[in-house]
Amino acid sequence: MNSMGMVAVQAVVLGALGYFAGGAAVALLLVALRLLAFGVTASGAAGRADLRNAALFAIVAVLLVYSGATQGWNVALGIFNMGLISAIMALGVNMQWGYAGLFNVGIMGFVALGGLGAVLTGMPPVAEAWAAGGLRVLAGLAIGAATIAGAVVLWKRMAKGAARGWSMVALLVVGFFLFRFVFDAGVAAVEAVNPASTGYLGGLGLPVLIGWPVGGLLAAGAAWIVGKTALGLRSDYLAIATLGIAEIVIAVMKNEDWLARGVKNVIGLPRPVPYEVNLQDTASFVQTARDLGMDPVEASSIAVKLCYAGLFGIVLIALLWLSQAALKSPWGRMMRAIRDNEVAAEAMGKDVTRRHLQVFILGSAVCGLAGAMMTTLDGQLTPGTYQPLRFTFLIWVMVIVGGSGNNFGAVLGGFLIWFLWIQVEPMGAWVMQIVTWPLPEGSMLRDHLADSAAYMRYLTMGVVLLLVLRFSPRGLIPEK
Amino acid sequence: MDPLNAIVALANYVLIPGAAYGAQLALGALGVTLIYGILRFSNFAHGDTMAFGAMVTILFTWAFQSWGIGFGVLPTALLALPFGIAVTALLLLGTDRAVYRFYRRQKAAPVILVIVSVGVMFIMNGLVRFIIGPDDQQFADGARFVFSARDFKEWSGLDEALVLRTSQAITVVTAVVVVIALFWFLNRTRTGKSMRAFSDNEDLALLSGINPERVVAITWIIVAALATVAGVLYGLDKSFRPFVYFQLLLPVFASAIVGGLGSPVGAIAGGFLIAFSEVTVTYAFKKVLGYLAPGGWEPDGLVQLLSTDYKFAVSFAILIVVLLFRPTGLFRGKSV
Repeated sequence: MNSMGMVAVQAVVLGALGYFAGGAAVALLLVALRLLAFGVTASGAAGRADLRNAALFAIVAVLLVYSGATQGWNVALGIFNMGLISAIMALGVNMQWGYAGLFNVGIMGFVALGGLGAVLTGMPPVAEAWAAGGLRVLAGLAIGAATIAGAVVLWKRMAKGAARGWSMVALLVVGFFLFRFVFDAGVAAVEAVNPASTGYLGGLGLPVLIGWPVGGLLAAGAAWIVGKTALGLRSDYLAIATLGIAEIVIAVMKNEDWLARGVKNVIGLPRPVPYEVNLQDTASFVQTARDLGMDPVEASSIAVKLCYAGLFGIVLIALLWLSQAALKSPWGRMMRAIRDNEVAAEAMGKDVTRRHLQVFILGSAVCGLAGAMMTTLDGQLTPGTYQPLRFTFLIWVMVIVGGSGNNFGAVLGGFLIWFLWIQVEPMGAWVMQIVTWPLPEGSMLRDHLADSAAYMRYLTMGVVLLLVLRFSPRGLIPEK
Repeated sequence: MDPLNAIVALANYVLIPGAAYGAQLALGALGVTLIYGILRFSNFAHGDTMAFGAMVTILFTWAFQSWGIGFGVLPTALLALPFGIAVTALLLLGTDRAVYRFYRRQKAAPVILVIVSVGVMFIMNGLVRFIIGPDDQQFADGARFVFSARDFKEWSGLDEALVLRTSQAITVVTAVVVVIALFWFLNRTRTGKSMRAFSDNEDLALLSGINPERVVAITWIIVAALATVAGVLYGLDKSFRPFVYFQLLLPVFASAIVGGLGSPVGAIAGGFLIAFSEVTVTYAFKKVLGYLAPGGWEPDGLVQLLSTDYKFAVSFAILIVVLLFRPTGLFRGKSV
């Protein structure tokens, strides 16, 4: 125990050294980005913001190309594809924060719901499970929904008083036990059907691309519930309510095996693009790859990634165009007016809470769409891997670093921060090696520091967020 | 019918764990509510502050253990606690100086401070994992039980056993001591009164010559003490795993809001309300009902309202109900 404690104390000292080197490197990179962009502006037409923004995007492109040239195009395309998805998530969050000033801490939940949407649409239905208890599960859910709806109606219709409170409680209690009675037996029957490979109801067996808007709709539904209760109150309350709904969504997805197999994961989601194996079996593809001087196996994997990139790119461009149009429209001006001064906007007859609800649902739906796309890209739904630091707060860093209120800023932040997120880990391991080289091989401290390198990412992202908020709160591409 | 055994079973599985958990939540919620009252934002880094305080205390505990210093039947962690509080207080004061002060001077909107606290949370989260790693750490020592299952059965002659673990007893006693000290400080001392004045009306407090930076510094020190004590007690009672402290954020916030943000009494009431609801709703009542029901009427199922995996849903549901029907909380907190 003692040595462990001592190791930890020494780790603070050495780790801090190594860490600040890493943090400083990232900070320097960001400062260099801005300076470089300004340099381009100064040398070109003076004060041309568009040129500066184009330069920023060009820099990100150069970073990606550089990683492609040094680490392989497969890696670079992998980063690019997730960068596209991150950019869409950042667009969604930018609608909520940048347009309307709403602080959503539950992005993870909406992203996970989107993934669920992809599974429920794309996977083939499990006929035996439906026969065993599918209808009973649905009936149970219907009873649950009817109970809640009944309670709401009761609350609105009955006169104020003790009778109203008690009858609502009675309705909820009776409804809850009825729900559990119908639902539990159905769930048990469904989960008993071949639990090792299915044990769930499966999906609708539709093309997985339809699952993308379905994922967005699921996220929008959850956003409506949260927004209806927490909007119109203090801004902090929305943050806490979204934090809660995200945890609950993940808990439901981990534990309700009948829905999407819980922590047993749904794997083998159908793809909207060809499989690598099929490409490798296609004579014409192999011939083309050979003609281009590429290994057919690597070429097939790159081709699949390019197909995904094309699909994601279309979605991103469409969303970006829509977001820009919305921001420039009277609706966008109204949203920003509400954000900047709620009291004045309300005095002008704008229904602030309603508009907030609207934009909150829209932004969450975009996050859900991105979540469905990510699950499609992965080909599997793994509820255990949803971490708030990765899926909620990283997206926030993207929006704030990129430039809140500016759609292009959000997209840039999505690409840039995702690139850093992937590259900081090897950088951290590398810094750790340099810091620990004087230590003897196999010393406990050296091992501990090597293991800890993975957590440098969290530290770095926190430092980047704080530095940007403090010294450049408008981000890399500021709002116009 | 065997009501005595039913009561003992209920106490053993619901009342005692609920009281210990409630005390931990109450201490956490007091920290959140104090920051809200004085600094006027919801501090998302609070869960990770608790983890940091617990971690420092664990490191000191290990050092003491290696030097052969113990605390008899009590866990050594209690001896290490003051050192943990001191280091955490230094960290929080440093964070305030480096991060929060800038925004305070700018009079930034609360939501900006919330986002800033998210950045601080990231850093603390990484720091804790960096230093002690993400794994489970055991640091409890001393006597395990105040009275064990066998002691109780021999003493009472009942079928059911009542177990009181040392960590549970210490949690409740420590929480009571800390809360009494805090209320004495807030209500009786000059500094405490200046804090309450600052919380009630900042401008008026400034006019009466209260030094805001001093009030803020003292708040951070008290918050460090509360967070460290809460974190250590939680770690002693369950075990220390860094990610659990982030998850505590939701019940802690729910407690503070249910009680009324900015109201210390409300934070305590909220903590116990949330804790008892969580434990009651997720406890399988089969045993208790089995003793209470007349012969032949024992329930077949577990009689568990919700599986323990959904304990977050309980705090969330209570939070939603309070937001819908009484957004200022049970004890009329500061604002809507």
